Amino acid sequence: MRPMAQVAMVMNLDKCIGCHTCSVTCKQAWTNRRGMEYVWFNNVETRPGQGYPRRYEDQERWRGGWELNRRGALKLKAGGRFKKLAGIFSNPRLPEIKDYYEPWTYDYKNLTDAPLGSDYPVARPVSQLDGKPMKIGWSSNWDDDLGGAPAYGDLDPMVERTRQQASEKVRFAYEETFMFYLPRICEHCLNPSCVASCPSGAMYKRSEDGIVLVDQDRCRGWRMCVTGCPYKKVYFNHRTGKAEKCTFCYPRIEVGQPTVCSETCVGRLRYLGVVLYDADRVTEAASTPDEQELYEAQLGVLLDPEDPAVRRAAEEAGIPFDWIEAARRSPVHALVSRYRVALPLHPEYRTMPMVWYIPPLSPVVDALTETGHDGEDPGNLFGAIDTLRIPLEYLAEVFTAGEVGPVRASLEKLAAMRSHMRAINLGEDPDPAVCAGVGMRAQEIEDMYRLLAIAKYEERYVIPTAAVGDAHRLEASALPDTCSLDTDGGPGMGGDGPFGQDSGRKRLPLVPVENFHILRRRQTADDEREV
Amino acid sequence: MTVLLWGVLPYAAFALLVAGLVWRHRYDRFGWTTRSSQVYESKLLNIASPVFHYGILFVLVGHLVGLFVPESWTNAVGVSEHAYHLLSLYGGTAAGVLAVAGILILIYRRRTNAPVFRATTANDKVMYVFLLGAIVLGMVAKLAHSSGTGYDYRRTIAPWSRGLFTLQPKTELMVGVPVLYQVHAVIGMVLIALVPYTRLVHMFSAPVRYLVRPYVVYRSRDPRQLGPRPDRRGWERAGS
Repeated sequence: MRPMAQVAMVMNLDKCIGCHTCSVTCKQAWTNRRGMEYVWFNNVETRPGQGYPRRYEDQERWRGGWELNRRGALKLKAGGRFKKLAGIFSNPRLPEIKDYYEPWTYDYKNLTDAPLGSDYPVARPVSQLDGKPMKIGWSSNWDDDLGGAPAYGDLDPMVERTRQQASEKVRFAYEETFMFYLPRICEHCLNPSCVASCPSGAMYKRSEDGIVLVDQDRCRGWRMCVTGCPYKKVYFNHRTGKAEKCTFCYPRIEVGQPTVCSETCVGRLRYLGVVLYDADRVTEAASTPDEQELYEAQLGVLLDPEDPAVRRAAEEAGIPFDWIEAARRSPVHALVSRYRVALPLHPEYRTMPMVWYIPPLSPVVDALTETGHDGEDPGNLFGAIDTLRIPLEYLAEVFTAGEVGPVRASLEKLAAMRSHMRAINLGEDPDPAVCAGVGMRAQEIEDMYRLLAIAKYEERYVIPTAAVGDAHRLEASALPDTCSLDTDGGPGMGGDGPFGQDSGRKRLPLVPVENFHILRRRQTADDEREV
Repeated sequence: MTVLLWGVLPYAAFALLVAGLVWRHRYDRFGWTTRSSQVYESKLLNIASPVFHYGILFVLVGHLVGLFVPESWTNAVGVSEHAYHLLSLYGGTAAGVLAVAGILILIYRRRTNAPVFRATTANDKVMYVFLLGAIVLGMVAKLAHSSGTGYDYRRTIAPWSRGLFTLQPKTELMVGVPVLYQVHAVIGMVLIALVPYTRLVHMFSAPVRYLVRPYVVYRSRDPRQLGPRPDRRGWERAGS
């Protein structure tokens, strides 16, 4: 056993209202630069839909992720090492910018500078690639809220696959259709195929927290990572010629703050926490022959932080104590391994993704209520799951390689939770059969309810800081390396660089600990007076 | 002039090459990239780029063989001058045609595709002039002197280039060389000097280590990244 720590995320799709706040704040924080106009580290897709870039899930075309070779060993779907190097002079599987969308701005100047005329001046869209006027034809969420679904809906690769199983279940007629939102960031996989694709060795997985990053100084712009990632979450900065990707906001995570997308999520649907996994078992699990068993195999890689043997091994592996403690309190561990309601996105890519999703249940309750039934009655609810508006088969194609079982189990647990909590709210005795039917104890159901419904900031984001492991050295670095009297106007007044003021290496101003706590209190408090 | 062109220029070019590579590696690793334009246009590039690159690699091998394998060695293995000439003529021309065809399509693409042209810097344009000049003049020189046994550069240019490495440049050998070859050699040397200062620098990052490294790379957090540190280039705070 070789335990390693991973900072992971769970998103509760039931709560996602598709407001794109996460996308916008992420863009403002990270990709609001030239060369990255078309890039959204976080994007929200309406499913069914083609996604961003268009049809990225069609791996027969884009060749992302891993596959098994004839001997049953893992192999990059885009080709092995020799094939990569022999074909390095171009990358035939690289999406063009227009597969994402052509970025544009507007000719705002015309609004003020247009000569006087009988027509109102307009700001025409101008391409940010060639600076010429353009016709806007697609964007990162062009098919938002099923826009154009009767025309484009069939192009969703998961719709195509679902129809092979259950042809009648996906329809786009207005009164028969369904949709849900799928926010996506980099999956920070345990078995990242982008890292494996990088010829320069510039991409790496951080051993402390499992965040996958691109070393900008080592990247040489070969673009193999863009092809290698089946989620198409590595992007090519067309100005610097380097790959860039979601960083899991590591500068925030390191100081114990949630990622920007989590912090700003209006629906509070994101959970952040540490999971421990056994690095020795990753390859074996990713090589599971049957695609539909990959979800179980992935759960098998995760370690139980309550197990004393795991904790001992983790300590021996150098994982700091507060990280192990954080793994015990981790909401991600609870939702993924303990309650088993969160599912990975496309486990069939064999990358062991670490952003998990709780499948959406909501519409079923309303739908049942509308038909005159009691929407939260367990009998009605369980029966209705198989005839959900969002077909189980479609969810299964997205989350469990087409295996319906885990999706149904997850939705049944959510349904049982509703039924159980309704009984409590109405002052009735909860029916023990409801909990037992989904294999959970009443206490577990109530804990899960707390986590999903009312968990506060500290419960949703359990992030150990990077600093504690390095506390000693940090303390040393926080001490000034110059005389404390060298203040502005102070008695020391020395300390300038060799060539006068402002010369020499500049250091960032130290952030007082007080500021950090004030900031955190302001962000976490529910009541203004607490601040 | 002879000494300047054939005794000084080669060393100046080599010095600029080495100094440029060291400088680039030390101070501009962030700028060290292929600066690919494939995300703008991929159809033409998928054909032209491999054609050009494989062509130019064969051309490079041809130059290395022609300049650094002495005539006495090929004679010793029993390859006659005529046979060598034919091999060099047909092999070299085939590789050259690939390279020229590739680069012409690439330049056409660069000029006609608006986003690609917009991403072309002045630096790129200068580089293209010398790169295209070197390749085309090399082809012209070779084909202009191809009749009969052709021009035997292995008695003049090759010994001169080997002399450079033993620090005994025999500049007099280059006096009688046809002008076309001389111009090609001069442009070639300028091109070598330009390599580290242009996007051509990507030729020195051929990722051969990919063949032997483990697939998934783990790295520890850089301890210097915690605590206060100077701003990195491009991440300076506004107003400081």
